[in-house]
Amino acid sequence: METSDGPTTPQRQNDFKREMLSLLPGLRAFAMSLCGRHDKADDLVQETIMKAWAKQTSYQPDTNMKAWLFTILRNEFYSQMRKRGREVSDADGILTEKLSTHPSQYGALDLQDFRKALDTLPDDQREAIILVGASGFAYEEAAEICGCATGTIKSRVSRARSRLQEILSVNGDGDFGPDAGTAAVVSKIFAA
Amino acid sequence: MDDDNKAGSSKARRAPLTENPNDAISRKLQALYSSLEQEAIPDRFLDLLEKLDEVEQASGAGTGEVSPNTRR
Repeated sequence: METSDGPTTPQRQNDFKREMLSLLPGLRAFAMSLCGRHDKADDLVQETIMKAWAKQTSYQPDTNMKAWLFTILRNEFYSQMRKRGREVSDADGILTEKLSTHPSQYGALDLQDFRKALDTLPDDQREAIILVGASGFAYEEAAEICGCATGTIKSRVSRARSRLQEILSVNGDGDFGPDAGTAAVVSKIFAA
Repeated sequence: MDDDNKAGSSKARRAPLTENPNDAISRKLQALYSSLEQEAIPDRFLDLLEKLDEVEQASGAGTGEVSPNTRR
C-alpha cells in the first residue's frame, strides 16, 4: 500500500501531531457551536482526533488541515445525530449547562442572549454562519466542508443573519417585552 | 463620580444603536466563538495524542522502515 508520498515518517507524523494540536482550540469551539454542550463537544473532538489519526496517510501535507479536520468533525456530528435520532432534548441541555457551568465564560449577558438566539437557528444555517463568520473560512471552503455549493452557503449565511437580527431586535430591547404583553392584555380587555 | 455612574447606566448602553446590525451580529458571533476558543484544551486530548503517537511508534518500525522509493 505505497502511496506516491511514501510512508508516514516520524518527522511527518510529528508535524501532523503538532499542527493538529494547534488547531484543537478552534476545532473544539466549532464542536461547541454545533452541539452546544461541553461533554458532547469533547466526545466529538476525541472521535475526530482518532479518525484523523487513522486517516493521516490520506492527508496531503500541503493542503488545508483545518478544513480537513472540520470536515471530519462535521461528518461525525451528523452521523451521530442520525444514529441517535434527534431524541436528545438539546435545547434543555444547552440551558442547563449554561446555568450550571461558568456563566462568566460567556461574558456579558448580551452574549448569552446571542448564544440562545444562535441555538434557535436550523443546523445548516448555524454551521454556515459559524464557519464563515467565526471560524474564518471562505465561502468556498465552508461549502467544501458542508458538501454543498458555494451559493448555498451564501444564502444560508444571509438567512442566518436576518433571522438573528430578527430575534435580537425583539429580545434585545427589554422595553418591548412588557409592552407587548400589556398591549395583549389591554386589547383582550377591550375585546371583552 | 456622579458622571461615571451616569455613563454606566442603562441609557448609555444604547449607544450601539448606530451600529450596523450586521456588524453587531458579526461582532457578537466572534466574541462568543473566541471565548470558546480560549478555553484550555482538556488534558484528555493531549494524552490521547501522546498515546496514538506511542502506539504508532511501537508498531511503526515494521511498516515505515522499508521504503523502496528512496532506496537505491
